[in-house]
Amino acid sequence: MELIYSKGKSGRHGSSLPKLDVPDANSIPDSLKRKKAAQMPEVSELEAVRHFTLLSRKNMGVDSTFYPLGSCTMKYNPKVNEKIAAMPGFADLHPLLPQLRRGGALTQGALAATHETERMLSELLGFSQTTMQPLAGAHDELTGVMLIAAYHKAHGDKKRKIMLIPDAAHGTNPASAAMAGFDTVTIPSDPHGNVDLDALKKALNENVAGIMLTCPNTLGMFDKNVKEICDLVHKAGALAYCDGANFNAIIGRLRPGDIGFDVMHVNLHKTFSTPHGAGGPGSGPVGVCEKLVPYLPVSCVVKRSDGTYALEYHHKESIGYIAPFYGNFGIILRAYAYLLVLGREGIVKVSENAVLNANYIRVKLLPYYDQQYPGYCMHECVFSATRQTEKGVHALNIAKALIDRGIHPPTIYFPLIVKESIMIEPTETESKEDIDKFIQVMIDIAKLADSNPEEVQKCPMTTPVKRLDETQAARKLDLSLKEYE
Amino acid sequence: MKRYTKEHEWVEIIGSEAVIGITAHAAKELGDITFVEIRPEGTAVISGDAIGTVESVKAASDVYSPISGTILAANSELEEEPGIINNSPEENGWICRLKNIDIEGFQKLMNRDEYNNYIKEPLK
Repeated sequence: MELIYSKGKSGRHGSSLPKLDVPDANSIPDSLKRKKAAQMPEVSELEAVRHFTLLSRKNMGVDSTFYPLGSCTMKYNPKVNEKIAAMPGFADLHPLLPQLRRGGALTQGALAATHETERMLSELLGFSQTTMQPLAGAHDELTGVMLIAAYHKAHGDKKRKIMLIPDAAHGTNPASAAMAGFDTVTIPSDPHGNVDLDALKKALNENVAGIMLTCPNTLGMFDKNVKEICDLVHKAGALAYCDGANFNAIIGRLRPGDIGFDVMHVNLHKTFSTPHGAGGPGSGPVGVCEKLVPYLPVSCVVKRSDGTYALEYHHKESIGYIAPFYGNFGIILRAYAYLLVLGREGIVKVSENAVLNANYIRVKLLPYYDQQYPGYCMHECVFSATRQTEKGVHALNIAKALIDRGIHPPTIYFPLIVKESIMIEPTETESKEDIDKFIQVMIDIAKLADSNPEEVQKCPMTTPVKRLDETQAARKLDLSLKEYE
Repeated sequence: MKRYTKEHEWVEIIGSEAVIGITAHAAKELGDITFVEIRPEGTAVISGDAIGTVESVKAASDVYSPISGTILAANSELEEEPGIINNSPEENGWICRLKNIDIEGFQKLMNRDEYNNYIKEPLK
């Protein structure tokens, strides 16, 4: 596709304003003005509109294609929730308003929505309280492990410096633990994809602060020993953090607080009706059991005895501020609307259908693709392209072949413990017809990989830039438009 | 003589120093390597500690020190040309050198035959 710089004509611009008939009010001092004119595209409004409309059509999104990007929960989010979040009464609120004198009276609706979302999430998680402040998955993890650190510190338990992280955990977990000052120790998986209990027992000692368990894990499996893991961790005086990035698989069916987790995050931008990806904004409330409540970040919304709502800032043992203002409010609103519409009965269907869809794909594709960790899966199924690799077709090639067939590729090469991993998460929002189409395409690609591997290796053929040299792009990163410098 | 780890590093003792790299098998599994980061010289490591990170088009992986010691020098050529690891993983693609090494730890590692058998094991 043509760059916008190669369109238009010198001197052309978007709008034609009449000549200035009043003094120029531009107050920028000459010393600060640029010497050479900025090189901007010189196009008409229509040229600009066409350029960006065409560009947007080349994008693949959940609004245009099946998007089974494993571990990311790229589900469809009802547009009505966008509408509610955009209502002027919410969207036009000034963020400082609740802090002004009597400002609380003008923001009761917003505070009530935040508080009620917090209560519903705490109920779904089985926890005492949830902070609505954290802004995205890794930020949630950091908040969670900081709460664990604060707990041990308050109990004078200063030697607990180690965070245990199973190898089927999310990739950001070790980074978050390290950011909070912990040393990380990896716990291997057993042949069924569960945490190796013997390895866990060996690793637990008086220096361990906690464990960060992704549940269900990145193999899309629910660790059957999760209660025993929590018990072992508690017996050693440590705390159990649940990475709830895969909460879509269990929502409404299981409350993690009930099985012994102490702290957990959920991603509103995955499970609760905010589109995921493109760098945000996200929102990741963190729920905690009773003993961690004193350390929660500020502010939090409280309900007064007279039924009104207020922001509370004074918690002596709080870990303090982790984000400005009150979390990503617009995203909290989407979650609020989503939860109210689904209700207790509807929310169970979310996880049931997410798990059913993934297992349907798993069983249908098993004759064509290998599964390194066999058995029922939760919301996503992880295949291994080992059979295809023997013919020279790798997971990467299969992903590119899917693009040619109008489907966004699944996650590949993650989790790291699966060879040539292909991680498929259909979510509950896809119809059976669309899932069947995807299955057929995957079968076609498997057959083609067997009979004519070169055809698959050539993909993608239909994209604007064909096959990119990803190695060269990573080794010699160059993002500048040299010809226009 | 080289010895090998289950995490696919090799280590060779030359005089009082040890040279560390990743195995040909690991380089092949990772695919085209795009970036190598090695911890600073003078860092003391015990066996199993990360000495750096190797990033490929597929994944970023830690490289663990097969034995205890102190990082003496990193292979600076990898900064400009990380692909050396793909072309010559067990020679020119060495990652770093250690001093003050623990010889006993070296003896416990796999020899080439043991490592070759280890990587032939079927998927778990």
